[in-house]
Amino acid sequence: MATTYEAIATVTVGSGGAANIEFTSIPATYTDLNILLSLRQTATGGTNVNMAFNNSTTGYSNRNIISAAGTVVSESTILGTSSIKVGFIPENTNYTANTFSNQYVYIPNYAGSTNKSVSTDNAMENNSTSVYFGLFAGLWSNTAAITSIKLTPENGNFVQHSSATLYGIKNS
Amino acid sequence: MPTTYEPIATTTLGSDTASITFTSITSTYTDLVLVLVGNAASDVSTTVQFNSDTGSNYSQTLVYGDGSVAGSGRGSNRTSIDLGTFYNATSTTPQIHIININNYSNSTTYKTTLSRGTAVSIATQARVGLWRSTAAITSIKLAPDGVNFKSGTIATLYGIKAA
Repeated sequence: MATTYEAIATVTVGSGGAANIEFTSIPATYTDLNILLSLRQTATGGTNVNMAFNNSTTGYSNRNIISAAGTVVSESTILGTSSIKVGFIPENTNYTANTFSNQYVYIPNYAGSTNKSVSTDNAMENNSTSVYFGLFAGLWSNTAAITSIKLTPENGNFVQHSSATLYGIKNS
Repeated sequence: MPTTYEPIATTTLGSDTASITFTSITSTYTDLVLVLVGNAASDVSTTVQFNSDTGSNYSQTLVYGDGSVAGSGRGSNRTSIDLGTFYNATSTTPQIHIININNYSNSTTYKTTLSRGTAVSIATQARVGLWRSTAAITSIKLAPDGVNFKSGTIATLYGIKAA
C-alpha cells in the first residue's frame, strides 16, 4: 500500500518572528493538500490569517460561520478579495499568553484544472471571552495548479513558535 | 513507521449520476474519512446511508451560516443522515464535504459522524450524525436528494489505523 498522507514541509517561526509563512515548489504529485496551523501574531487588533496561492492577489472569495465569544454569527461572502481567510489567531496584546490557534485547512484537487475550493476548521480558545470557533469556506477562481502557498497575518508578524505543516494526500 | 492513512477507494464521475456507493469496506481500520468534492443538479440535501439501511434509524444536529443568518437545527428518526445542501453551483465553484466516521467497525456502539460542508457561494455548515446500529459499517451510499451528482464530482474514502 502506498503512503498516502505525507508531510511535505514544516515551518516553525524562530526568534524575531516572521512576516509570513510560505510553502514553495509544491509538487503536483498529490491529490489533496492539508495544512495544520498553530499561530499567534504580534499586532493589536485584526486577528485574521490570510492565505494566497501562487503569489496571486486576485480572484478570491470567502464565507464563514463563527462562534465569537460564545455568540454564533455568519459573515457575508466577500468577493474579489486579495486572499482567502483561514480563521482567527491570538495576538500579543489582548489574548492569553502562550496560546496559539488551531487550524485545519483542506485543499482538494489542488493541482487540477478547476477553480480551487478550501475548507478550514478554526479554533482559538484562550480561557477568556475573546475566543473564536469557526468554519471557513474559500475559493480561488483560478484553474492553475497551486505551487505555492503564503500565509500572512492581517496585522503584524507571526510570533516565535508559530508553526505550519503542509501535508500531501494521495487517493491511490 | 506503519502506514496509518490509506486510500480505500475513489470515484470520479464521468457523467451525471444519482449516487455514489462504497461497498465491501473492510474492518481493518479504526476510523474512516470521506471527502466529497463537486456539485449537484439542483440545491438539495446530500444524504448518507450505511449498509443499505433505509429505516428511520438516523438523526442529526447542525449549525449553519449563509452569509447573513446563522442558525442551528436537528432531526430525529430520519431515513438518512443529511450532510447539508449540495448546491447546483457551477463546476467552477466546487463544494467540499469532509465526513469523519469514527470507530466505524465496532459491533457494540451506534455510529457517529462529524461532517463539514463548505460552499463559498452559498453557505458553511457543520453537522453531527448518528446511525442507531451496532453493525460494522461495510457500505456507504451518498446521494443528492432526488437529483444527480454532476459530472466531475469526486468522492474518496480513506481508512485510518490507530496503530
